[in-house]
Amino acid sequence: MDYSLTKFLWTLLGLFIVTNWGMLMSSTMRRIIARVSGRIGIPWYQPWIDLTKLYSLRSQITHGTMFYLGPVFRLMGGVGMFLFMPMIFGSNLWSNYSFSGDLVLILYFQFFGMLGMALGAGEGGHPYSAIGISRGLSQFTTIEVPMTLAVISLAIQYDTLSIAKIVEAQQGGLMHWTLFTNPFATVAAMLSLLGAFGHSPFNLVKAPNEIPIGPPTEYHGTFLGVLRTNSAILHVAEAALFMNLFFGGASNWFELIIKTFLIYFWSVFVGTVFPRFRIEQSVVWFLKWPTIIGIIAIIIYL
Amino acid sequence: MEREFDKAIKEMYKEKFLAPENEVRQVSAPDGSIIEIDPLKDYFCQERPKELKPRKGVVEDFLNWARAESLWVLGFGTGCGSIEIPPLVTPRFDMYRYGVQMRPTPRQSNVFVISGYLSVKTLKRAIRSYEQMPSPKYIIALGSCTINGGMYWDSYNTINRLDHYIPVDVYIAGCMPRPEALLAGFGKLKELIKSGQGEKANEYARNFDWYKANQKKIIRDWNMPDYNW
Repeated sequence: MDYSLTKFLWTLLGLFIVTNWGMLMSSTMRRIIARVSGRIGIPWYQPWIDLTKLYSLRSQITHGTMFYLGPVFRLMGGVGMFLFMPMIFGSNLWSNYSFSGDLVLILYFQFFGMLGMALGAGEGGHPYSAIGISRGLSQFTTIEVPMTLAVISLAIQYDTLSIAKIVEAQQGGLMHWTLFTNPFATVAAMLSLLGAFGHSPFNLVKAPNEIPIGPPTEYHGTFLGVLRTNSAILHVAEAALFMNLFFGGASNWFELIIKTFLIYFWSVFVGTVFPRFRIEQSVVWFLKWPTIIGIIAIIIYL
Repeated sequence: MEREFDKAIKEMYKEKFLAPENEVRQVSAPDGSIIEIDPLKDYFCQERPKELKPRKGVVEDFLNWARAESLWVLGFGTGCGSIEIPPLVTPRFDMYRYGVQMRPTPRQSNVFVISGYLSVKTLKRAIRSYEQMPSPKYIIALGSCTINGGMYWDSYNTINRLDHYIPVDVYIAGCMPRPEALLAGFGKLKELIKSGQGEKANEYARNFDWYKANQKKIIRDWNMPDYNW
């Protein structure tokens, strides 16, 4: 692996691009949701203003050490996913710090931020945080099942756990994408993605209007700013993971932007159509169809 | 002449009311020793609010611009006026266009819309919510009830002038003001913040004793700390 200063600076630049693209993507999606319900929606630059305001609040309180560390762990989850993800295929500088077993590490980082947030929000002590956490952890455990089955299927198919090699194997035209070479794994993973992005019908962790905002109920000011920065990074990183695994990767930033947008839009598209599940419905749903499709994806390679 | 009812009430509140869970009690610690717990002192922060000075010059102007363009409203309908909020978030008036968004918890909001009359019971909750909001924070008072009591001016159970209890940035007159008036109020609040006049949270800290005396005069079952951090 290349540990030069140039590489480090380019990775930081990549993180900057990803953060800003994530914020622009979130405001665009909120505008799309607003148009669906007949509104105009927030201005496209609203996330940056919100962030500036959150970082500039004068009084903040804390509930203890873990309350501080919760958002930090959450940010670690997003940044960690980005750091080990090859963003642009064929570019040494934009492939960040990916290595031969990065897929497993990235799957771990997906869950890591959630656990940190659970500890932090738990110390906040608000009952709604506790409800949100218990929902989030139980739902995410079931999201992981079809996701992991799909990844195992890919590992058997391409005989590797390196994201860069999986992308490499998909080059050479549309029909080489995993989407067409292994449709069962793609479907299982794309269904689990709906839960990972947390849009309706699986938005029962934050569940607006129900348990006011779930885990971050007590978070404000800089804490909330860190959480929002993370969600911008995390959304792009997760969409980039699915892009790399199933949709042939990206050979330049423009392609990455188009593909991540469409992958994120898939969850918003479903979200604007369906109302929210209850937790027992959501858990059962993930353990039913996506899991069955995921098992089929493995069986066909046995 | 005092009525029987008033006499009974006075009799009831002769002693300071304290909820059972907030009473001083003795608890045995894990190591077997007996310790005394005073919930109001041990479970809450007793510190007074401080005046938080704004930054200087262009930096503060920029931050004020950001604060004005990102008003997060606490979703707490205190009176009948809260019925004017739903049209604002739905297609007809759509306040998201102006950077005004609803937030579900006081920790994450900057603007508190006191929507209409405040009964004494609600006033207590309003104070708790207001004090938990991070500074700088703003209050929009909606309707004539918050200005002079409105149609409830001689009610036994509602307050008449809101700014005796919490500092108000913008008043919107009317009974009820329409959503357009509320939008105009948000516009006025933006102007105030941008010109650096949205410092009522500091005013609250400066005149803390006066506000607390007024609040305690009317809230008789005061079973919370003096400042809810």
